[in-house]
Amino acid sequence: MGLRIIVCAKQVPDPEGPPSSFEVNASERKVIPRGIPPVINPFDENALEAAIRIKESVGASITLLSLGKSLSRAVILKAVAAGADASLLVEGDAFEPSDLDSSSTASLLAAAIEKAGGYDLILCGRQAADTNAGQVGLGLACILGIPAITLAQKVEVEDGRVRVERVLPDGYEVVEAPLPALVTVSGELGDLRYPSLQAIKAAKALPQTVLGPDDLGVDPHGLARVETVGLEAPKRERSCKLVEADTPEEAGRKLALVLRQDKIL
Amino acid sequence: MEGSGSVVILAETAESGAPAAISLELLGLGRDLADGLGADLSAVILGSGMGDAARELAARGADEVIQLEHASLSTYNPELYQEAMLGLLKSFTPRVLLAGHTAMGQDLLPRLAFSLSCGLVTDCVGARVEGGQILFVRPVYGGNALATQRVTTATAMATVRARVGEAKAPTATPGEVKVIEASFAAPVRLEPKGRETLEDRECPLEEAPVVVSGGRGMGGEEGFALLRELASLLGGAVGASRPPVDSGWAPSTCQVGITGKVVAPDIYIAVAISGSTQHLSGMSEAGKIVAINKDPDAYIFKVSDYGVVGDWKQVLPAFTAALREAAPEQGGARWA
Ligand SMILES: Cc1cc2nc3c(=O)[nH]c(=O)nc-3n(C[C@H](O)[C@H](O)[C@H](O)COP(=O)(O)OP(=O)(O)OC[C@H]3O[C@@H](n4cnc5c(N)ncnc54)[C@H](O)[C@@H]3O)c2cc1C
Ligand SMILES: Nc1ncnc2c1ncn2[C@@H]1O[C@H](COP(=O)(O)O)[C@@H](O)[C@H]1O
Repeated sequence: MGLRIIVCAKQVPDPEGPPSSFEVNASERKVIPRGIPPVINPFDENALEAAIRIKESVGASITLLSLGKSLSRAVILKAVAAGADASLLVEGDAFEPSDLDSSSTASLLAAAIEKAGGYDLILCGRQAADTNAGQVGLGLACILGIPAITLAQKVEVEDGRVRVERVLPDGYEVVEAPLPALVTVSGELGDLRYPSLQAIKAAKALPQTVLGPDDLGVDPHGLARVETVGLEAPKRERSCKLVEADTPEEAGRKLALVLRQDKIL
Repeated sequence: MEGSGSVVILAETAESGAPAAISLELLGLGRDLADGLGADLSAVILGSGMGDAARELAARGADEVIQLEHASLSTYNPELYQEAMLGLLKSFTPRVLLAGHTAMGQDLLPRLAFSLSCGLVTDCVGARVEGGQILFVRPVYGGNALATQRVTTATAMATVRARVGEAKAPTATPGEVKVIEASFAAPVRLEPKGRETLEDRECPLEEAPVVVSGGRGMGGEEGFALLRELASLLGGAVGASRPPVDSGWAPSTCQVGITGKVVAPDIYIAVAISGSTQHLSGMSEAGKIVAINKDPDAYIFKVSDYGVVGDWKQVLPAFTAALREAAPEQGGARWA
């Protein structure tokens, strides 16, 4: 068994869905997904992939941890089948995404992790596609009192230490920390592998624990430090001058002229 | 306590050692908030030998600049910066602490906020005072919605995007600079082991006046050579949507969007990019947007000022050639 890894994976409405599938309900200050399925937050998939690579190289047991109002079992199953060993689901009406902020989410996840019994490494995504916050990982590490490294493009474990290639705006740096530690993972790490049908079938037999709000001993109400007071759809549309010509080459030349005339270039 | 209730900005320096553009913008935004709240504006800068930068900040609108000095702060180290800031924040409680939504701000502010049990709002595209409260505006759901948020704790923290604040002209009477030697309470656990620079810092994407970006429709590395040619003709930089980065046609330092760089050049030229919300989040504040795409229904045309419907393989070489011919007298500012 050896190394114990927990991967925090949030279910979010598919962020690749078209803008029309994100209905902005201003009065309830909520985004209501329309006709798009939940998926694992893409960066959390990267985190899971990082965990599986560590498992392949040094051996590890991986627990997928997800907190939400009602979690799609099919989505969990597919993720677990990619290479996890168990799942821990924290579910209940109290966990409506729009009622939680980064701080209450981190407290709830920390409580769930304490229940999970030991860990050596916690992996999170760099940010969730719905909150776009990038806070929960660092918050969790602070609450648990463990070191945290953000924005990993590569994660390796050796001799009780984690070694991370951390993405920088102009390149990357290498940072190490002693375990137990928390690492947030960026898209550069690489996509999560697809599970085989056989693996999906086998994953149904893997241990799954489901906890409710009462099991955690943490009441999310009153924990939030950030309140959403308004929500609106972004206004981005401009009026586009389409440059037309008989051939594409001519259109390209004409575009240059128009931009010159309008003193844009 | 002096400084309590004030607006504090966390400054950074550029490669040159001068305050980074984002820090001057934060001073501008911080001044507006401070005026709205009737509070003072302070700047904090961490590092080693930061005197010049601190004086510059004091000349650019800060009532007070705290220069938090230590040899070990010369480059960003999360835990050392965290400890140094926590030490400083023992002595006063700001009303708000603003940092750039930069590599440092994104990493440091959550650490500070959770250590001090403060509310934090990241990636803000706006901040204003209304009815004595600070309201922050930020994209959520990949930019499909904009949320207005407020922080309920005594100190609010926020990271703010580039070009949200507006730098102000130097003031007649500069603020006061206070030098404080940083101290570290907790032992450091993170160990930096060196760094690798990949991007050409000649023309950093975020500062380029012109950005020429390619998308999935470029089909490979070869197309990016043409984009580079156009960018260098215009004195700009090359960007990309995510698929070319994922496919290795462009380095990851080129990615523009919600998980890449946020740019606001005078001109953004989007070639073979469809205009996903995630991409638009990183460039929709550009002065003028020009799109080349073979699909007349591509969403990018809805958010552009100029467009050509066509295959870039035909449009782009002709466009670049015509621009080169039509180039004004050599040495024109943008044509250098
Ligand atoms: C959490 C998350 C974060 C993300 N972050 C980012 C981000 O930071 N930045 C980002 O860009 N994306 C990001 N994405 C991805 C994003 O959702 C889109 O998938 C991506 O932006 C699409 O890139 P594209 O427009 O180049 O490709 P596509 O959407 O595939 O569009 C390609 C376009 O090229 C056109 N085309 C094809 N061939 C030609 C030709 N020969 N001539 C002219 N036009 C042609 C097509 O008409 C089409 O419009 C993120 C996604 C997720 C889930
Ligand atoms: N409800 C949740 N369940 C599991 N993990 C979560 C949840 N919310 C946040 N996380 C983790 O925290 C990361 C950052 O979230 P955020 O701070 O909201 O951007 C995500 O990528 C996940 O790894």
